Amino acid sequence: MQFGIFSVSDITTDPTTGRTPSERERIKDIVTIAKHAEEVGLDVFALGEHHNEPFFSSSPTTTLGYIAGQTDKLLLSTATTLITTNDPVKIAEDFAMLQHLSDGRVDLMLGRGNTGPVYPWFGKDIRAGIPLAIENYSLLHQLWREQVVDWQGKFRTPLQSFTSTPRPLDEVPPFVWHGSIRSPEIAEQAAYYGDGFFANHIFWPASHTQRMIALYRERFAHYGHGDPDQAIVGLGGQVFMRKNSQDAVNEFRPYFDNAPVYGHGPSLEDFTRETPLTVGSPQQVIDRTLGFRDYVGDYQRQLFLLDHAGLPLKTVLEQLDLLGGEVVPVLRKEFAALKPAHVPDAPTHASLLAARNAAENASEEVSA
Amino acid sequence: MNQRTVVVISAGLSQPSSTRLLADQLAAATVEAAAKQGLQVTTTFVELRDLAHDIANNLLTGFPPAALKEAADAVAAADAVIAVSPIFTASYSGLFKSFIDVLDKDTLAGKPVLIAATAGTARHSLALEHALRPLFAYLHAVVIPTSVFAATDDFGADSADGTLRSRITRAADELARELERRDPVSVIDPFALTVNFEDLLKH
Repeated sequence: MQFGIFSVSDITTDPTTGRTPSERERIKDIVTIAKHAEEVGLDVFALGEHHNEPFFSSSPTTTLGYIAGQTDKLLLSTATTLITTNDPVKIAEDFAMLQHLSDGRVDLMLGRGNTGPVYPWFGKDIRAGIPLAIENYSLLHQLWREQVVDWQGKFRTPLQSFTSTPRPLDEVPPFVWHGSIRSPEIAEQAAYYGDGFFANHIFWPASHTQRMIALYRERFAHYGHGDPDQAIVGLGGQVFMRKNSQDAVNEFRPYFDNAPVYGHGPSLEDFTRETPLTVGSPQQVIDRTLGFRDYVGDYQRQLFLLDHAGLPLKTVLEQLDLLGGEVVPVLRKEFAALKPAHVPDAPTHASLLAARNAAENASEEVSA
Repeated sequence: MNQRTVVVISAGLSQPSSTRLLADQLAAATVEAAAKQGLQVTTTFVELRDLAHDIANNLLTGFPPAALKEAADAVAAADAVIAVSPIFTASYSGLFKSFIDVLDKDTLAGKPVLIAATAGTARHSLALEHALRPLFAYLHAVVIPTSVFAATDDFGADSADGTLRSRITRAADELARELERRDPVSVIDPFALTVNFEDLLKH
């Protein structure tokens, strides 16, 4: 199982000091955070894409490429890449480029975005969100798998004799996760292609996530990719830890109360009860996270949100120390002990390459 | 006897509340009128005062806390709705509107709705026609023709068999007829797939 962190890239005033980091500072900090994620033994770093303040991450592959140059093992991903408003040709090119530079340490998560005006800013119609996600991904999927593409669709200018360059590393496209909070069509899309499905999880009650994952698993099997429990599932999580759980609550409360997404709304206690947010000791985080498996089944990727709401860099790095030092080693062991052998791990470049080579050898033997 | 469910939304803030008093009378009259049509009506009350914090939280976080979810699901599953708001500054109360705002957009489409309101004096009575009726019309609800307004005076001893009582009876009869001529509501599962993916790919 893979463990990691995902960042929404918000630049938020620290409510305890009134200090707001500059864009440069926050961008440099995110690189430090990603490098530290690798140092403490995490597997994945994923970065969001936004085109409005207070977020800095408009160009995730630039940031991820820079992080790739300073890390060795960390798998770089997105949370999410906007499949609706980006040109699928540019996504194909950018992520193939990142694959080469990072020696295959790349996958990506596709989403539709959460800011309405991004659609018109990029010349798109928000009412066509789902059709855009479906057509654009269909083209992206084709560009990574076919050398020369002739294509015509509804939302983009046609392509004649087009080859997306660079080609995917070893001709193996990056693994794709589809993220959605509440659209069954996106769970269906992930299932249709046999891709991964990532449930944001952190802003909604568990019962909701459970239904979406169940739908995805059922349809994954329907399309012949394996049994329902072999579908590739990722979950978000949100934690704040201190050795002593009351210290964690006291320290996190002002950040929670003023957070951009849910601030000035439900109490910390309400939100902890209604969503997967866990504020407490490392042991509490371990217990809560192991409980996710009870309602989604064995799953492949767990990403935590740690750097947000104005938390200072020092605190985020301390959270990473606790996550990598005390939480993840236990979770790895416990989840591995529970997982049946026929449930696969999340695909990586190495595993996809090996599977491709095995399939080619098998077909050569048949034809020989 | 055929079963139907009616959810009664009451947005009164004080306790006891004249809005709730009117809601109770409308619910009882509807049960009675429906029985004459051969329908057994079960009423469920949604007191918005109890959900006020949940409604604000839903507006801020985008998802309903458990108790609000239960209320919204009850509205979605109801065969008809009786919606009663106090009139505040010439319109429905903000809490009433906020509850309607957090319902899924198609929740009330095609659903019979009896609108009613309370206020201190009869000067506010047309708020039903210029505020509540267009709100529910926008949501594609079937707003029954008679709306019921109760001013404080209407709860006086002289009014027991007066205008308010006759309007309640008339509105309840109209709602019962709407219930009678419709099939029971079936709730659409939000996680159910309504399209085949190959069709989506073809547009």
